Amino acid sequence: MAVDTAGRLAPQRTAFYNDPVIRGFLYQGLIILLVAGGAYWLVTNAIINLRAQGKTFGFDFLFNTAGFDIAFKLIPYNRTSTYFDVFKVGLLNTLLVALIGIALSTVLGFFLGISRLSKNWLVANIAAVYVELTRNIPLLLQLFIWYFAVLKAMPSVKQSLNLNNLFYLNGRGLFGPIPIFDEKFVWTFVAFVISLLLAYTVRRWAKLRLEATGKRFPVLITSVLIIVGLTGLVFLISGTQVGWNVPALSGFNFKGGFAAPPELTALVVGLSIYHATFIGENVRAGIQAVSHGQTEAAQSLGLKDNDRLRLVIIPQAMRVIIPPTTSEYLSLTKNSTLGASIAFPELASIFTGTALNQAGRAIEIVGMTMAVYLTFSLITSFLMNIYNARVALVER
Amino acid sequence: MSTDNGIFYIRETEAERLPPPGRSTGVVYWLRANLFSSISNTILTIVTVLFLFWLLPLVYNFLIGKAVFTGTMDDCRVETFGACWVFVARRVNFMLYAFYPIDQYWRPNLVFFILLALVIPLLMPKVPFKLANLIAFLVVFPIVAFILLVGGVFGLEHVPTEKWGGLMLTLVISVVGVCGSFPIGILLALGRRSNLPIFKTLSILTIELWRAVPLITVLFMASVMLPLFVPQGFTVDKLLRAMIGVTIFYGAYMAETIRGGLQALPRGQYEAASALGLNYWKSMIFVVLPQALKFVIPGIVGNFISLVKDTSLVSIIGLFDLLNAINAAGSDAEWASPTKAFTGYAFAIGVFFVLCFSLSRYAKYMEDRLNTGHKR
Repeated sequence: MAVDTAGRLAPQRTAFYNDPVIRGFLYQGLIILLVAGGAYWLVTNAIINLRAQGKTFGFDFLFNTAGFDIAFKLIPYNRTSTYFDVFKVGLLNTLLVALIGIALSTVLGFFLGISRLSKNWLVANIAAVYVELTRNIPLLLQLFIWYFAVLKAMPSVKQSLNLNNLFYLNGRGLFGPIPIFDEKFVWTFVAFVISLLLAYTVRRWAKLRLEATGKRFPVLITSVLIIVGLTGLVFLISGTQVGWNVPALSGFNFKGGFAAPPELTALVVGLSIYHATFIGENVRAGIQAVSHGQTEAAQSLGLKDNDRLRLVIIPQAMRVIIPPTTSEYLSLTKNSTLGASIAFPELASIFTGTALNQAGRAIEIVGMTMAVYLTFSLITSFLMNIYNARVALVER
Repeated sequence: MSTDNGIFYIRETEAERLPPPGRSTGVVYWLRANLFSSISNTILTIVTVLFLFWLLPLVYNFLIGKAVFTGTMDDCRVETFGACWVFVARRVNFMLYAFYPIDQYWRPNLVFFILLALVIPLLMPKVPFKLANLIAFLVVFPIVAFILLVGGVFGLEHVPTEKWGGLMLTLVISVVGVCGSFPIGILLALGRRSNLPIFKTLSILTIELWRAVPLITVLFMASVMLPLFVPQGFTVDKLLRAMIGVTIFYGAYMAETIRGGLQALPRGQYEAASALGLNYWKSMIFVVLPQALKFVIPGIVGNFISLVKDTSLVSIIGLFDLLNAINAAGSDAEWASPTKAFTGYAFAIGVFFVLCFSLSRYAKYMEDRLNTGHKR
């Protein structure tokens, strides 16, 4: 056995194929070959198959006429529009559902999370039953129930459920009034923006004064007074007339106001109720994650109940609540694709479904759809990383 | 008794007696503490009780009170809001097996009982022979189940997968998805934690790509795009394509869950395994994974629950899972009835709830069992 001058054993020579570095290179080379070979095989197959079907690869089809109509759209669209318009209509509908769903599920979710922690036994347990029931039933089944069993079973137009002659619910959807503003409303809007800025300034001033002198200032009441007062005053002075465009029965359907088709209502209600459960559990976990010692510490500092919640408990709970809730928003957006099953025209339904069936461009269309959701996901994780970096615990 | 400066105080009369503390047991105390502790709490309780008085009779009348249990479909064509259990009873075979040949029902039934016989002892911590059980479940069972369900050998009639459906199909996709996504998840998670840059990059790309897209696009991809990428004249079964899609999709989710466990394991464990001279795979299999997986059992079961629920999405690409079978079972005019849709969905709710709720209770049980830390 070799011994060096200092009397230590020289490292044992291992065979080169046992050297971890060389092995690493070997394995990685192998996997590159495998992946590249697999990709090559798939691409050649695709080329041969496309040629056999007389198709080419490219995105020029996007500017061909689609030739089918879409029941619900936010931008002008008709039979002569192109596939690219189909894509835009679908994307906008997806975003619409996602935005309404996120707003509703957040409100409902916070309500649920707080209810589950309620000291009232009945409330806490009803919330628990709600959570267990909704999260153990597939979302698709819930959508079917809302759409086929509830909304489609609503009475006909003539026998609509009527709320105060303002809202109507029937088999064709939900109808309600929308406000119409005249041109003088601009001044009210300007006043609203100015009052927001004013309230913000007051808040800053109050904070600086608190830090300098220790004197408190009722910021919340002042802000509300400024915003409501100034906006209301300008609204009255400018003499703005607000009309309501109320839906009214004309012929076989309602005219005027807004009309949410049953597909949209079912999708939004189903998504909100389902995802509110998960958001509620995040809220509960977040509040429970703030250790009891924090409450005691805040009390021993002499903070009032309000300040204790606002300055100690909520900021720490939010750190736990926000990251999983953001991914819940993302999965709500992804789950809006289930609209395809109840014929709501969102991206997966009209673009990946109808347009693909007609144009037959499977690779391009599925690729584009995936790219859209990939973008949503990347944006979310980018925002999340910024947030996490901001609120991360500062440790030694 | 005296002190140096002569100031002292002795109480000479007995202090006024305080009333005994209020009851802290019994129904009245419980009601008072949990339902009527303050004015706002009392209002909340009253509102909730009123809500329950509205809701519970509605549910009871629908499920039992006004429901039609026996008779023919004609008995269901009434305007009372009660479940039409006749519909479920008459069409239950279709909901469970869809188009599977009636004389062959014993085959899915047998597979189901073998599944139960293998899974239940596997889930009970005290039953011995875990390894043999696991091998039987992961290696022997798939082969037996495949032969029994598909047939075509040993004199069994061949049943093409187009005829599969109903709850049976839902369970087949769930079990395949659960068994397939778990090893994929472990491999991807290990790849993401690897020191070798190429394995790491490929794993990250795979995981993030699959997690970013909705399952429906994955299923669309499996049903319309995949056939373009296989050699001509070679067709992959539609059910198999859906299974591949579901499995890889949940493999990516599983990978992120398992990665959490791997990261939670102290470095010392990895170093100790190396110090013992174990190579990579041995240290992973014998030291790291058993501990890491234990950390994330709730997350893994949570993924399984999502998977079971998401099998319902295969109906969108035209497979006859439980939901699709229920929708189709009542599509005939013969089954028309005002509450048919509700009844079918109530049945589906029951099935899914039992499946998913028992899984989540099991996860909770294992979590409590494995949690040896201090509780507050």
